Amino acid sequence: MIELLALNPSWWQETFLIKVPIGLLAVLLPAGTIVYLYLFKAISFMQSRLGPMEAGPYGSLQLLAEVGKWIQKEDIFPSKADKFVFAAAPFVVLMSTFLLVVVIPAGPDALFVDLDAGIYLAMAVSSVSVIGILMAGWSSANKYSLLGGIRAAGQLIAYELPLILAVVGVVIQAGTMNMQGIVLAQAEGEILGWGGIGNPFILTQFIGFFIFMIAVQAELTQAPFDMPVAESELVTGYLTEYSGIRFLLFFIGEFASAGVFSAIAAVLFFGGWYVPGIDAGSQVFNVIGPLVLATKTMLIAFLIFWFRFTFPRFREDQLQRLAWKFLIPLSLANIAITGVLKVAV
Amino acid sequence: MSTTTENEQLAYIASQAADARVNVEVETDEGMTLNLGPQHPATHGTLRIIAKLDGEKVVTAEPIMGYMHRGYEKLTEVRTYPQVTTLINRIDWLGSFANEVPFILAAEQLMEVEAPPRAQWIRTILFELSRIANVCLFLGDMAVQVGATTPVFYAFRDREFVLNQIERVTGGRFHPNFDRIGGLKDDLPKGWIEETRGALERMKSFCDEMEELVLGNEIFQARTRNIGVIPGDVALSYGLSGANLRASGVDWDIRRDANVGLVYDQVDWKVWTHPDGDSFARFWVRLQETREACNIIDQLLGSIPSGPIMAKVPRIIKVPAGEAYVATENPLGEMGYYVVSKGDLTPFRVKIRSASFSNMSITPWILKDVFVPDIISILASLYFILGDIDR
Repeated sequence: MIELLALNPSWWQETFLIKVPIGLLAVLLPAGTIVYLYLFKAISFMQSRLGPMEAGPYGSLQLLAEVGKWIQKEDIFPSKADKFVFAAAPFVVLMSTFLLVVVIPAGPDALFVDLDAGIYLAMAVSSVSVIGILMAGWSSANKYSLLGGIRAAGQLIAYELPLILAVVGVVIQAGTMNMQGIVLAQAEGEILGWGGIGNPFILTQFIGFFIFMIAVQAELTQAPFDMPVAESELVTGYLTEYSGIRFLLFFIGEFASAGVFSAIAAVLFFGGWYVPGIDAGSQVFNVIGPLVLATKTMLIAFLIFWFRFTFPRFREDQLQRLAWKFLIPLSLANIAITGVLKVAV
Repeated sequence: MSTTTENEQLAYIASQAADARVNVEVETDEGMTLNLGPQHPATHGTLRIIAKLDGEKVVTAEPIMGYMHRGYEKLTEVRTYPQVTTLINRIDWLGSFANEVPFILAAEQLMEVEAPPRAQWIRTILFELSRIANVCLFLGDMAVQVGATTPVFYAFRDREFVLNQIERVTGGRFHPNFDRIGGLKDDLPKGWIEETRGALERMKSFCDEMEELVLGNEIFQARTRNIGVIPGDVALSYGLSGANLRASGVDWDIRRDANVGLVYDQVDWKVWTHPDGDSFARFWVRLQETREACNIIDQLLGSIPSGPIMAKVPRIIKVPAGEAYVATENPLGEMGYYVVSKGDLTPFRVKIRSASFSNMSITPWILKDVFVPDIISILASLYFILGDIDR
């Protein structure tokens, strides 16, 4: 455990006052960008409409208006709700997002903690949100919420497995569970003896990426895996009874975890903060690294929202069948092939 | 309360008790009761479904209608015949013009007048345009109900072109109120025929888009194929009509088999059927029918005869005593008006046979042993409009 939490502080990590705002920024900035750029705008253009146009230039301040609206709204507790659990649920969901962002490196030194088992921690804490969602579904004293919560629990547990198994392929190839090590392995790697662009694992682990993205889509409960919040069936599932600031917290949690999972995908498969052509040890990455990572994150997040607004929703049993009968065998095969090639090549 | 009589109080209590009876939730030993509606995002209005669940599986489902009853049958009795069209426009609000036609035809039958050919032609064109305006929205809405958000925006976008054409002729987008006993209110505006051809082109490309985006999607097919299967004989025995019946393989279309007053016999067209009877088949048949409607309108636009648009009818319309039932193939299915006249300015009694009411009656039969998400997709594929159920 001590090895797991062994910290490797760099200059900016030593002050709490810098760390906390940067942590908040790292969670909220991608979330806000995703909401405005994709949820409000890109999707509107796909659906042949303009999206918000009134608040600020091209509606860019719409998000602030929405947040202001939610904060002003009454925070309603259903009379039969389990008050403490109901109140705590959004924080549990948000906590898992914040814990995830801790391990993502944005540069050679720009990282919160450098854990030897970083990706292991990320996979572990990403399941914490299930508890929050189940808490929300159960404590609302609403049948739709309950159905949504149970669906979410079944779905998130089923997709946790392909998510982890997809990561195992990357870990085998990188030879480390350290996120920084995975980035460096891609930066210094070679594909069949050619190291011109390093070895972004998207090229060698494309099956893993495919499985990872499907599982992420399910983990984030975005369409086509959005049964827990299926609007046309369950009203909004476990969110039905939430209003005001607590709904806002869930909302932030949803989009912040979209950003964080995209960032993890960027680290695992696209080389994280590294761009080919610059020496990976160079200090310049402490400056441009966060920007590079943010760009890659946004591109991957676009995929998530593109799928979300294109596909219809699976049914619960079809979703489980996809996970257990297709994704898990495929990811096991991927691990086997990766292992064999790792030893042979 | 001092002014209310005892009878009024009793009536009030009785109505409350009736409400309470409906609201009782029976908790069974091995399941729970899920109350879908009257306020639910998927019920297009105020339909209520009481589903008894075992896990996610539906044991029984019972539809409860009447939350939006507006009493149109009774209201027609205090309105003159020309005024009635204003009301019945609002029955199936997505294809309003189609509601007026069977009533006007019934009244014409009683008065023994016939609209001039030009009026019949334009009626048929508007009838099919309102079918497109109606079914177009179904194509998008069905996708929403199975979870895809984007297609409905395309549906609204392209429906606009059809609505614009209806508006240019009738002046009303939603409630045209254009049909008159003995003909139509106005003639077509200048340049309308060419513009309508453009709107039809737009509609055809919309159908192609839907076929690729929704019908061809694997998830959509997984959600709809073999879900909510209605065999042909069951469909007939429940009185289903329209595309729901044809999707069960029953080759019955009033436009072809029992046509009254419209000019479908002048056009070369096809009745689409599908043997499967599942939700997918219902979507498929409606998609093909939208294309076929474009085809029908296209042919009719080229052959509109000249002449008057109004037959000779008296200024004050008194319908001679008698009874008439006229049904047409409306966007939602068979819609008929049984009109009883005693020779007055107003109808003595009007019975409206609306398609959605009969189509809904199959829900307890079909919503058995399905999953909760299937309730929504099956109801969406049956395609009802609340105004058409409750009238």
